[in-house]
Amino acid sequence: MKKREFLTVFLLLLPVLIYFIFLFIYPFIYGLLLSLTNDEGKFTFANFIKFLSDPWDANTIWITLKIAIPATLLNVLIAMPLAYYMRHGIKGEKLISFLLILPITLGSVFVAEGMLTYMGPNGWLNKILLALKIIDKPYRFTHSYLGVLLALIIQGFPFVFLMLLGYISGIDPTLEKAASILGASRWYIFRRIIFPLWMPGIAMATSLNFVMNFTVFPSAVLLGQPSGPTRVISIAAYQWAFEKFDFHMASAIAIIMGLVELIFILIVMLIRQRFFKIVATSGGKG
Amino acid sequence: MRKIKFSGILYWIAIFVYVFNVLGIIFTVVLNSLSKNWYTDWFPKIFTLEWYSYMAKEHDLPQLLFATFAVVISVALISLLIGYPAAYIFARYNFKFKNVLLSLLLVPMLVPPMTYGIPLAAMLYKLRLATRISGVILANLVPIIPYVVLILYPFIEQIDVSYESAARILGASRLRTFVKVLLPLTVPGIFTAALLSIVRTIAMFELTFLVAGPKSQTVIVALYYDAYAAGTRPPQAIDALAVVYFLITVTFLLIALKFASPTQFVYRGK
Repeated sequence: MKKREFLTVFLLLLPVLIYFIFLFIYPFIYGLLLSLTNDEGKFTFANFIKFLSDPWDANTIWITLKIAIPATLLNVLIAMPLAYYMRHGIKGEKLISFLLILPITLGSVFVAEGMLTYMGPNGWLNKILLALKIIDKPYRFTHSYLGVLLALIIQGFPFVFLMLLGYISGIDPTLEKAASILGASRWYIFRRIIFPLWMPGIAMATSLNFVMNFTVFPSAVLLGQPSGPTRVISIAAYQWAFEKFDFHMASAIAIIMGLVELIFILIVMLIRQRFFKIVATSGGKG
Repeated sequence: MRKIKFSGILYWIAIFVYVFNVLGIIFTVVLNSLSKNWYTDWFPKIFTLEWYSYMAKEHDLPQLLFATFAVVISVALISLLIGYPAAYIFARYNFKFKNVLLSLLLVPMLVPPMTYGIPLAAMLYKLRLATRISGVILANLVPIIPYVVLILYPFIEQIDVSYESAARILGASRLRTFVKVLLPLTVPGIFTAALLSIVRTIAMFELTFLVAGPKSQTVIVALYYDAYAAGTRPPQAIDALAVVYFLITVTFLLIALKFASPTQFVYRGK
């Protein structure tokens, strides 16, 4: 690279580099240092030990996993067949996509506020279910585990679906046609061609959706029982930071949050790799 | 005769159930904000606008809207100023660490705001920028700058480089080439990036919530506080604020959809 060219590249990238270092790397290091020190600035693991040894706080990890994992699995399992069905395009695709991105764009606070009325004791959902005689008295959808789970599905399903659709519609349709002409059954085509090619997308969508669900905050407060069964890890971090004003503890919780997310993504990647190996070896034999 | 597919029926049922509930959620918010004494009936019998004036008085609505638009527009403009040159470099030059840099830029988009938001808020409080509009803008830049780069990069890349070369050979300076050739050609990309950033920042609850003070909060954060302290004011007044938020978001969403495809809203880098 010529000197002049190098200068151009460097100067035009400089703003982004400054942004990245000062607004992303530096806060991360700052948080890490906060989590590993006490008020006097001495190095300590006390924040982590305190969080993990206090059942009221440590339990938030399990509570959050118990919400995030089912929500992620449900979203992926509902979205997969739908995206598979829609892979070659479908009638009214534009309208459907618009209706699907609406809850994503509106965000969790609006959806939570809407759900409180819509799914409340006098809300339309209960009225409909009562009229259809599916239930005989108003069912409590909100202020419970179920409320948070429903919120995560309403928000997460379109996200996972559109992402999976993006990946599956990128698979060359001639592969499917060729296999079909050669006499392969639909199930066989799915198992041997579509699924392996789709796997990176599924892994990506699963990881991203889990990470979103694991950091659920407004839905857990507004639609759940934030001082009990839905006291998720974000609530613990928020309370330490803004109710007890202890940013050391809050940063330690944020680091633990990040670690759990990382572990989950590693597990997904590991599963994905195994799948690929199996496909590769059995493909070789066939 | 065409066979009716079982999977097709299941597909439409699933989409119908989902869309029905989402529209139900939105319609209840709108109707509730306009209704009086609506409990057991299917639809409200008396309509009123009193909850809107109640909400506007309680919230200092002009201030709230001013803060929201100040944050949203600043974030979009600053992200474009920082993101455009980077996108240009990624589109036009090949250099060492290019892919490393691109994947690093993905990280702030992939890590959820609640995870990095707490250390970021701690830093902004330490720098005395939190609770101010400037702090809210800085926090919101974190996920938006990479987003803008990743929208603009393919946009610039697909523009034939020979236009620029021709202008240069004919004696135009670098600046003139940029202003007269590249910039006009990338206007649609700039609009897409700006509108998508605006839509995202309006809806960005977590970062604004962690950093904002009473004078710098956006509509979505005000809505959260209202819903959080639900007992203190009539639910219809909370829904009135929700409708204001809804109208702002949907307006920008509809304009954005003129430029962008729906899948770009979930675009997180493939």
